[in-house]
Amino acid sequence: MSTLHTRDLIINVPGRADGFSLNLSVEPGQTWGVLGPNGSGKTTLLHTLAGLLPARSGRVVLNDSLLIELKRRDIARQLGLVFQERQDSFPATVMETALIGRHPWLSPWESEQADDQAKAQQALAALDVDHLSDRLLSTLSGGERQRVAIATLMTQNPDIWLLDEPTNHLDLHHQVKVMSLLRDQAELGKAVFMCLHDLNLAARWCSHVLLLYPNGDACWGPAESMLKPSALEQLYNQKLVTVEADGAPVFVPVNSG
Amino acid sequence: MTRSLLVLGAIALAAFMLALAVGSVTITPSELWAVIQGEGNKLHQTLLLELRLPRTLAAFATGGLLAVAGALMQVLLRNPLADPYVLGLSGGAAVGALLAMLAGMGALLISGSAFAGAMLAMVLVFGLAHGTGSWTASRLLLTGVVVAAGWGAVITLMLAITPSYKLPGMLYWLMGDVSYARTPWPAFVVLVLAILVIMPLARNLNVLARGPMQAAALGVSVRPLEWTIYVLASLLTATAVTTAGSIGFVGLIVPHMLRLVLGNDQRIILPASALAGGTLLVLADTLARTVIAPEQLPVGVITALLGVPTFLYLLHRSR
Repeated sequence: MSTLHTRDLIINVPGRADGFSLNLSVEPGQTWGVLGPNGSGKTTLLHTLAGLLPARSGRVVLNDSLLIELKRRDIARQLGLVFQERQDSFPATVMETALIGRHPWLSPWESEQADDQAKAQQALAALDVDHLSDRLLSTLSGGERQRVAIATLMTQNPDIWLLDEPTNHLDLHHQVKVMSLLRDQAELGKAVFMCLHDLNLAARWCSHVLLLYPNGDACWGPAESMLKPSALEQLYNQKLVTVEADGAPVFVPVNSG
Repeated sequence: MTRSLLVLGAIALAAFMLALAVGSVTITPSELWAVIQGEGNKLHQTLLLELRLPRTLAAFATGGLLAVAGALMQVLLRNPLADPYVLGLSGGAAVGALLAMLAGMGALLISGSAFAGAMLAMVLVFGLAHGTGSWTASRLLLTGVVVAAGWGAVITLMLAITPSYKLPGMLYWLMGDVSYARTPWPAFVVLVLAILVIMPLARNLNVLARGPMQAAALGVSVRPLEWTIYVLASLLTATAVTTAGSIGFVGLIVPHMLRLVLGNDQRIILPASALAGGTLLVLADTLARTVIAPEQLPVGVITALLGVPTFLYLLHRSR
């Protein structure tokens, strides 16, 4: 089980003042939701936490090691990321796509074995896309591709899961399925850290919330202490009405027009 | 996987036999077997061992080098239509070779000069595209295309000021001609070494084909890998160009056709490209020296005439 810490981290959003530095502890069992309007740096933060972008200052610590001192392969065994945007220039099947999740676990001369195939198959089944395993990725709908990307992360099976808008393009029932899958994984000892657009998904499924403001300010903590209407109204510059449904708060924008 | 490579190997062997048998003097399989065993008549021995075999080996190695270089470039740029020729490497090599020819240098210096030209083209394209730090595939591709156009202009200028008695040799070289090959062995050694270097990296290349960010997230050290591919592809191109001049389309068509049939696993595509590229050039060269015998065509004309329609057909069918 791995833990991801940040020490006085300032992410590098071009043209923005430093703002508030982040001292996060993402621990096994936690499900983090990152909320903030467009351009507040959610994706930049995820990429910085994965070591794909340099921080402006501060450090990212994976267990007891500085992230920048680790080899990419060692990072990939402990931490994985689902990107918001994916490029595929060459045709590839769904199964091939899921199987590349095994890459960090295989040595250069090794090829994928039955065991790796089984892991990929299992992950595809968990995301309801196993029936598509022989289809070309380019023939799938946006939601199906999103689920294949999450299945690839599940095949990679790192301790820390970073996800950029995992519910993008998903139908309502698949949103619920993906969010509960992520929470179940956290309960099994993973640490889940995801950017979300939907306040109500965060309120329903996340144990911890990080609010990122466009000016670089931030606050974070357990979900119930963060999801206060006043803070959220300031975050999105939008009046909200709070109701309670099915045991969780639901935030509805006020129709001010 | 192994089966498709075996099939390609068998086809390559058959192409070799055909190339050895066909020509001004036809050699039957039994006569061929006699020569292999060190028997047969003197004429056949000389013809096979000193003329046809080296030429066929040179054609095979050149084709393999070009196809593997193309396959590597396509993964590097994540563009199935990229190849070392598009990026201007062969243009640089051609300018180097023509300069040496213009100065009346010997064969060895022409080879060396072509090699230096290819490397210069690589540094130029890579340096310009890399310039300010952001190095995107489209930027590299565009830089390569523009630099290739520049080499083309330099070549035209050099041809315009060349005394006419030197022109035929230069033109043949520009169009690609295996009969210029002195010895096939350097090309062969480079091809085999390159495959040995690249095979352990082949799964990394599969991941890199998904984009550099995704590859980094899956544990690939992207920048060192990209440099390795670029240097390797340039080396392969330079070796091919110094062996047989500028032969186009092999690097573009062979990997593309193989991908349509075998999928895009580099662990298969790279060795398959070496075999299929070699086979294609052996067949094309056999055609080049027999179709209007006793005259010979430059093999680059054959690859272009075969390659362009095949490529267009495949592109049309795959849509």
